[in-house]
Amino acid sequence: MSELMVALYVFVLACFIGYWVIWNVTPSLHTPLISLTNAISGIIIVGALLVAGFDEMGVIGTVIGFCAVLLASINIFGGFLVTQRMLRMFKKKKKAG
Amino acid sequence: MQLSNNALAFVYLVSGALFILGLNRLSHPSTARHGNFYAITGMILAIVATLLHPAVESYTFIVPAIIVGAIIGIVVALRIQMAAMPQLVAMLHSFVGLAAVLVAVGTYLSHAHEGTLTVIFMTEVFVGAFIGAITFTGSLIAFGKLQGLVTAAPVAYIGQHWLNLMLGLAMLGFGLYFAINGHFVSLLIMIGIALLLGVLLIIPIGGADMPVIISMLNSYSGWAAAATGFTLENKLLIITGALVGFCGAILSYIMCKAMNRSFISVILGGFGTGDAADESGVAAATQKGVKSSSVEDAAFILLNASKVIIVPGYGMAVAQAQHALKELVERLEDKGVEVKFAIHPVAGRMPGHMNVLLAEADVPYDLVFGMDEINPEFNSADVALVVGANDVTNPAAKRDRASPIYGMPILDVDKAKHVFFIKRSMRPGYAGIDNLLFYQDNCSLLFGDAKEVCEKTVAELKAA
Repeated sequence: MSELMVALYVFVLACFIGYWVIWNVTPSLHTPLISLTNAISGIIIVGALLVAGFDEMGVIGTVIGFCAVLLASINIFGGFLVTQRMLRMFKKKKKAG
Repeated sequence: MQLSNNALAFVYLVSGALFILGLNRLSHPSTARHGNFYAITGMILAIVATLLHPAVESYTFIVPAIIVGAIIGIVVALRIQMAAMPQLVAMLHSFVGLAAVLVAVGTYLSHAHEGTLTVIFMTEVFVGAFIGAITFTGSLIAFGKLQGLVTAAPVAYIGQHWLNLMLGLAMLGFGLYFAINGHFVSLLIMIGIALLLGVLLIIPIGGADMPVIISMLNSYSGWAAAATGFTLENKLLIITGALVGFCGAILSYIMCKAMNRSFISVILGGFGTGDAADESGVAAATQKGVKSSSVEDAAFILLNASKVIIVPGYGMAVAQAQHALKELVERLEDKGVEVKFAIHPVAGRMPGHMNVLLAEADVPYDLVFGMDEINPEFNSADVALVVGANDVTNPAAKRDRASPIYGMPILDVDKAKHVFFIKRSMRPGYAGIDNLLFYQDNCSLLFGDAKEVCEKTVAELKAA
């Protein structure tokens, strides 16, 4: 099996997992869901690290890598923190008494 | 310490599993915070493992980029107002898109340097770059519309869809030429066209459809990450991209269903005026035979009710009325009135927007209900209080076959004994349609800013 086929297997199976997991999310948390997916999309940083950490790329490559790591980091830190801020606000009613 | 390929792949597998578990925990507010921690752990593992891999040869540019990114991200996340969450999310989507473009180009350059270019690889670069570019500019336009920098009204011109089709074909042509011949300039032209296409695809879509747009761009950002995963042969990126891609797709589906519109009709755009002329409230109301009520009367009826259902909408967010509303709820509960909140799926500018605003004001989540749960209860409610919502309460969706919103599921506000509708003016909602509710005998309008009206009502309740 070629590398492309392996990747395709992983992709299709992950799509099924995504389908079931996301339907399970309660609608009241849809905004935190979106910000959390913002944060984990920041995983694109692993690609950015490979570009930025490749020594023989010249100036253009370095600039590209630097910007990509920067953007992905904003997503990761911003996304997780704002999700945390929101989730902390969801509270149950205190029992009166 | 340097990690082998297998060790790195194993860590990525753990990260992927943690992301899935994290999303799974969002099934209930009480477990959701653990979910965020799972995802954070997965992210840290993935980043550290990548940094330890021999393919990353120098940290010279990585460390400052992460530090600057962290500072910007933290400051923005701490400062952003909950009402502005849609803007933040749109901005973050655009970053993922741009990062995908940069990684695609960068990876191409490094492979070209090493002389390991293949047609399959370049096709993957092309796909990653084009999805990323459309996500990038599309999200910027969505941000502009939300922030009021670009008109929220749909922008339409003759031949719009044909132009988009031609551009799409041109993009495909340059992309394939690049994939087959490795012609770098073609890749850059292709990216340029995709950037333009991102703008043109989003400008015809009106403000009323914002929840769909946000969800759709969320999906695009996921597919961009997945495509990058194919380019890099990185399974973690593929898994994460698929999860995010499906997240956005499912949310788009839920939002379209809640508006009774097809996804295609949303994409083609042109729905909703976005803004209409302001009329002076009370005068226009009497002209049209609509009753308006005083805050004193409303407070009196609220106090004598046994059950009140509050329906918040985007107007509450704009007026920042959620805190005043929370106080009103407390007053009523003190007097023994049962209070619940009813939320329409498309209330606000993004999915779940109202829930977050209410949570911000300390409204317990067990008082807040979705449309299907709460609709049977309007029959038994003494008062329905509508705060800044409009189209989602319009009975025209059920009765008027000619109405553009006919068939849209709505909150059955009209079934409550009394309806109080807080409204700034007689201006129609985002869809630009008159609300039939106003002409019903049981409905009275409270004219004024949502926050001020709530505060005045609280004062009345205190005095009583």
